[in-house]
Amino acid sequence: MALIAPTDWSPLQISIETSVTATLITLVAGLAAAAWRERRSGPAMAILDGIFLLPLVLPPTVVGFFLLLLFGRNGPLGKLLLALGTTVVFSWPATVIAAAVVAFPLMYLTARAALEQVDSRYLEAARTLGASEWRVFSAIALPLAWPGVLAGTILSFARALGEFGATLMLAGNIPGRTATIPIAIYFAVEANDVQSAVAWCLVDVVISLALLSGLYYWTRTQGPGRSRWVRS
Amino acid sequence: MALEIQIAKRLPDFALDVSFTASDTPLGILGPSGAGKTMLLRCIAGLERPDRGRVVLDHRVLLDTEQGIHVPARERRLGMLFQHYALFPHRTVAENVAFGLRHLPREEQTQRVSALLRRAHVTGLERRYPRQLSGGEQQRVALARALATEPEALLLDEPLSALDTHLRSQMEAQLQETFASYRRPTLLVTHNIEEAYRLGGKLLVLSRGRVAALGAKEEIFRRPPSMEVARLTVCKNFSRVRSISENLVEALDWGCTLGVGHTLSRPAAYIGIRAHHIDFVESSGTGGTASADENVFPCWLARSSETPFRITLYLRVGDSQQAAADRRSEAGNPAEPLGEIRAELQAEVFKEKWRTFRDRPMPWHVRLSPESLFLLPE
Repeated sequence: MALIAPTDWSPLQISIETSVTATLITLVAGLAAAAWRERRSGPAMAILDGIFLLPLVLPPTVVGFFLLLLFGRNGPLGKLLLALGTTVVFSWPATVIAAAVVAFPLMYLTARAALEQVDSRYLEAARTLGASEWRVFSAIALPLAWPGVLAGTILSFARALGEFGATLMLAGNIPGRTATIPIAIYFAVEANDVQSAVAWCLVDVVISLALLSGLYYWTRTQGPGRSRWVRS
Repeated sequence: MALEIQIAKRLPDFALDVSFTASDTPLGILGPSGAGKTMLLRCIAGLERPDRGRVVLDHRVLLDTEQGIHVPARERRLGMLFQHYALFPHRTVAENVAFGLRHLPREEQTQRVSALLRRAHVTGLERRYPRQLSGGEQQRVALARALATEPEALLLDEPLSALDTHLRSQMEAQLQETFASYRRPTLLVTHNIEEAYRLGGKLLVLSRGRVAALGAKEEIFRRPPSMEVARLTVCKNFSRVRSISENLVEALDWGCTLGVGHTLSRPAAYIGIRAHHIDFVESSGTGGTASADENVFPCWLARSSETPFRITLYLRVGDSQQAAADRRSEAGNPAEPLGEIRAELQAEVFKEKWRTFRDRPMPWHVRLSPESLFLLPE
């Protein structure tokens, strides 16, 4: 292994930091969106659903291009940030934004499915017992939906870890700052550095395998229908 | 203490439109499945919004659609017992009961929880999860949880329907005990007539979203105000009637003249009698001179169906004793009457009673006592 070990480990660190941060953002945003959306219905909501799921179906380069338009010097958010004296394009936060946007649909979908699975009578019982809507969500809905939410979190992390297209568009390839593992692999191959490419590929395989095995193990032991409190 | 209720809500098949007041006596709300009973409770509890309505609990307005008042469920201070208990599966028994007591210090919570569980006759289960409890235990815990917040009225949605017969009578006793000490408006929704009768002090019969009867349970069973209520309270025998005089009617479907014990303010259209009110009497002598006001008629057994302690007899009733006697002699077969047999009556008797007359030759004689017969308006 020593022969093909990367000389610069920064892509691993950047990838992990980016994925963890993006997953946390996705978890909160996805849960909030799912909980908010679950109480509503109507044609407007269908359009909103479409928008929420768009990053899942669009090619990542398209998502990245839209983000670039949004956060670029002439974009609405870019101008706002510029007025505040900062910019995110081609910086580490850009890798987080790209990864979070692309991973969001997975979190949103799984969280919504998990929340919808919770029997509404539990929520109603909590309300008749005087619980506020926040307590109904945090003490009843979320714990009961937790196995599904956790699965969504793991899926989001995996997606964030593998993010390439949108990240390249928005964050570029700045070694030591925005170069994540997938970007390092792409540029290693392009520079004919097969050794580094293979090394990073192996690292990626190891991380992904560990994640997926963990997820699989979790759903078999603690997942919906097998959790410690639900009658099987 | 009084709970005034006025609810109108459009449902897929019909409109719920009721108005009544519940006092401290438990009110049994009886109705067939899909009569709107559960929707009514949910509107009162604030889990569902009616189209129009007003709910007032001791001068506290919980709902008034005209004034735009919709107090949310969490602020209504009503205890609700759900059909399938709805105990939080991820919380222990103690945590379930304590759910509504969060405003109290921890020690007081613990004390209150154990007192409530003791009163519900479930002790030592505090640390179990709901799935580790039997159906009856779950129900008791759910009751303790609903009472924990000291609600100002209690709403029970089919509290016993998920239990088997044995547990049901135990839970009934538990509920009776609770009602005796609770003394606040209590609404108990059920489709089970016996349950409604045993647990409710007063009775409200709901049919397709409307109040079909409301009053003392004894009175509703003795003199149902309408055909619908008579049917819902399982009356099996009906006939169209024509009034002859004040206390005499002709039962057209049964083909006989009957003396009745009461009159209606409106013209009577039907007459009914409950299956267990039909008396079997010794034949009133030969020659058939029984007078009409005795309400005694010959009958022949068509078929029967048994339950462990009772038997239901499906009887064919002749139009008069004389005619029956004629037919019997013509046919030469007393068990198989010929000619026009007007109707079938259902009689229900205990088996002990049944054994005393089952070997008598047919026709038997039934008496439809004027006190048991009730007239119904159109």
